[in-house]
Amino acid sequence: MTATTTAPPLESGSVDVVRLMTDIAEKVSGPAADEVDRLGRFPSETIDALRADGLLWALVPREFGGLGATLSEVSEGLVALGRQCASSAMVVAMHHIQVACLVRHGTNDLLRSYLAEAVEHQYLLASATTEVGTGGDVRSSVCAVDVEGGTFRLEKQAPVISYGNFADGILVTARRSEDSPENDQVIVLCRPPDLELEQVGEWNALGFRGTCSPGFVLRASGDADAVLDQPYGDISTQTMLPIAHILWGSLWLGIATAALDRARRFVQAEARKRPGTTPAAALRLADVSALHQQFSDLVRSSVRRYEEIEGDGERLSAIGFAIGMNSLKVSASTLVVDVVRQCMVICGLSAYRLDGPYSLGRHLRDSMGAALMVNNDRIMGNNAQLLLVHRGE
Amino acid sequence: MDQEIRQVLAEHGRLAVDVSSLDENTDLFAAGMTSHASVNVMLALEDAFDIEFAESMLKKSTFESIASIRAGVLEMTDA
Repeated sequence: MTATTTAPPLESGSVDVVRLMTDIAEKVSGPAADEVDRLGRFPSETIDALRADGLLWALVPREFGGLGATLSEVSEGLVALGRQCASSAMVVAMHHIQVACLVRHGTNDLLRSYLAEAVEHQYLLASATTEVGTGGDVRSSVCAVDVEGGTFRLEKQAPVISYGNFADGILVTARRSEDSPENDQVIVLCRPPDLELEQVGEWNALGFRGTCSPGFVLRASGDADAVLDQPYGDISTQTMLPIAHILWGSLWLGIATAALDRARRFVQAEARKRPGTTPAAALRLADVSALHQQFSDLVRSSVRRYEEIEGDGERLSAIGFAIGMNSLKVSASTLVVDVVRQCMVICGLSAYRLDGPYSLGRHLRDSMGAALMVNNDRIMGNNAQLLLVHRGE
Repeated sequence: MDQEIRQVLAEHGRLAVDVSSLDENTDLFAAGMTSHASVNVMLALEDAFDIEFAESMLKKSTFESIASIRAGVLEMTDA
């Protein structure tokens, strides 16, 4: 991989994950971003580059062969990726969410040995949590795991599996057994050759076009130990949900940062034409910079909030923490649209046109997806209920 | 007290099974109680016993069985 270099050690033997991800973002993802968006094609060059540097499984502790990266590092790397290509960043974010779940909750022998294999081969993991017939509620499932003689079998109608056609494995939610109620869910690692995907429809969306997210009928089987031991409810509360909101927030911050970069360059170009006169748009730039700072502080403080308690299942399950991580998603997905929209006003028609150095069309389209992927109304509905019992501590 | 707890569960737990069939240690979440329903159960318990659960008790394990609910209610009524 010529686009990346091996970073000098940070401390004894550690890898500068942020710098490597930033390099790939700037040298690989950025140049391909417009084509990925236009064609709605998978950003394979980004994934290949991350794979070559061992970055797809960076979160895995060193004892299992990973880089032992922190969530902060991956978050910063995703800001850099989101700044260049939101589709690439979303694929990478979703993959890391699955990795975090396996690292924290995939504790049996089979899943631990999978971890070592996955690090070695740098597998790309996708997720199938939504299902036809649940009305978008990922905390209930129609399909069930059928375990017999140490083997599981599973069939799921998934309305969306992002990059399903490009993944080396998929974490799938399902009811624990045929007799289980809809909310008694488990999560199962499904992988080839015992994983079959039958695509249903196409992915031709307004934004995040490179995530290639059509529907699928998923059929899988395998060793019953591929079912994670802990209930999905706990995995979701402690890991999947907070990490998803943090990593999505990070890449959305990247989109907003890219828009702010363009707006700033636009205002500075105006200023150069008439030194001594502050361009009218400079005041708007000051305004949107303050908004961007709020956004940035929100994402970075949320990462710290998670990291402070990441080993503590009880505190990760606390109501106040859940409310905070839900609020993060709603705020970040709102802020990204606000920042991009205001930057578009600053750059005017130069942002509105689809070509040129100040175009913000792709950023605006991508940003609009943030409030919809797990709809903000659903998340606010959850918070509304949690607040009925929250003590404010 | 168990009778009142069972009554609350019957009204608000939205369980997949009959409450009277539950052992006091049965996992209520495995029996179909959603996290949404558990919030309603908690609110109804606070009303029924005129208590307010402490922040430290607002977790899944407090509400996972009739026995754990009873322990939680007792802790708050003794306080």
